[in-house]
Amino acid sequence: MNRLLILGGGTAGTTVANRLRKRLDPSAWKITVVDKDDNHVYQPGQLFIPFGTYRARDLVKPRRRFIGDGIDLVFGEVDRVDTDAARVFLTDDRELPYDYLVIATGATPRPDQTEGMVGNEFRKSIHEFYTYEGAVALADKLADWEGGRMVVHIVDMPIKCPVAPLEFTFLAEAFFAERGMRDRVEIVYATPLEGAFTKPVASKYLGAILEERKVTIEGDFATERVDPANKTLVSFDEREIPFDLLVTVPLNMGADYIARSGLGDDLNFVPVDRHTLLSKAHDNIFAIGDASDIPTSKAGSVAHFSVELFEDNFVNHAHGRPMTRPFDGHANCFIASGHGKGLLIDFNYDTEPLPGKYPLPGLGPFTLLRESEANYWGKMLFRWVYWNLLLPGKQLPFEPLMSMAGKETEEL
Amino acid sequence: MPVATINGSEVQVDDEGFLANPDQWNEELAEALASQIGINLTAEHWKAVRFLRDDFKQTGETPTIRRISAGTGIDIKTLFVLFPKKPAKKMAYIAGLPKPRGCV
Repeated sequence: MNRLLILGGGTAGTTVANRLRKRLDPSAWKITVVDKDDNHVYQPGQLFIPFGTYRARDLVKPRRRFIGDGIDLVFGEVDRVDTDAARVFLTDDRELPYDYLVIATGATPRPDQTEGMVGNEFRKSIHEFYTYEGAVALADKLADWEGGRMVVHIVDMPIKCPVAPLEFTFLAEAFFAERGMRDRVEIVYATPLEGAFTKPVASKYLGAILEERKVTIEGDFATERVDPANKTLVSFDEREIPFDLLVTVPLNMGADYIARSGLGDDLNFVPVDRHTLLSKAHDNIFAIGDASDIPTSKAGSVAHFSVELFEDNFVNHAHGRPMTRPFDGHANCFIASGHGKGLLIDFNYDTEPLPGKYPLPGLGPFTLLRESEANYWGKMLFRWVYWNLLLPGKQLPFEPLMSMAGKETEEL
Repeated sequence: MPVATINGSEVQVDDEGFLANPDQWNEELAEALASQIGINLTAEHWKAVRFLRDDFKQTGETPTIRRISAGTGIDIKTLFVLFPKKPAKKMAYIAGLPKPRGCV
């Protein structure tokens, strides 16, 4: 009996388990998923909690409901992977042997990694929305905030959903405007990047929206520490940004057991081949979703697109055949921009986000890099698609590899 | 691919002046690249630059500032003093490595 062990029952882990269960003979392959708890959170929804759009029951469902028949689900915390013995040890000393290991434990915000972030002011004047508890605390704060200087802040890249801090800024600006208090709030966007986004064309389009909404960008800001007593962000080159309300995106890291097992880079992400997701160090270990170090967005869309190709690659690899479906880093992200509108970006390792239409050239219905109501509805309806089609491993009408059809290239 | 003449020798560079081929790098070239961005290489600068070269040889990737700090024992704040404003980019430039990949 071959044993496939999947660490993490989130977007990538659940989808892979369900897809591979259909492809691998149940009499020859045992599939096991390990996760620390039974709460599957629809993470893109956390962005909307601070503004009261979503509540808990909209975003959290039992993991077991999405893990298909014939797959074992084990609850436990991973202590370490012993790659020589091909075994995973849980913190309660249970041992799980494997023939193939798929690491899908994602990325986690780590406020403890920045001096001064976790202390008396945490969840008072210092907030984050990358955890469920944090998003709820921020909703409480915003509900009766009088106004002042709000700094939206990214400690360092890479982060999950790199457009989320921009979306938060757009939604907050609209939230303050709708409450008639926009003139009492100064908004600053502090980022380690040069501008609004990672890639030049998208940075220009998104930067223009920030400017139009009167948001000041503090670029190239490399955060050294937070000074909670003086409510100030301090950079390594001694720039200072004061705040009344800090909404930070803490440093994102892979799980600590990855470091303990010697499997990660300096942020605990697993180095893999960017086309096959096979570990660079071990021929029977893969890392999928946010847990790997591939140079594209850490996003559910990437997990989804890559898994469609990974499924074939894994089956081939496990049968000693070459992996024939290289992943291109395709990412596709809706960006809520406030007032019931949104943008969409579509890109891969080699092509940066460009304006245009998606998925059908000229028709859309979605517009790339420009605001539209259709984009906003696409984003909001995706929650249904996620629970009902994506996690069960059903085929979606989007190609896993990026297409140039519908994209405008004159700005390149 | 543009060609630049640095210190009397012709090297291939990308649009932003980073060496296109890390094998064309040598220590004299590093001195010349550094002086182009106003940096005079001291022993401590060299410690960082040599780490970048060695690490790139092993991983094939330009290391992040976090990794450079961990690997050299030079704290990040000092790296900002040695290579002001954009240390990760400047160190890669001087070490003749590809620009650190922009995170997406």
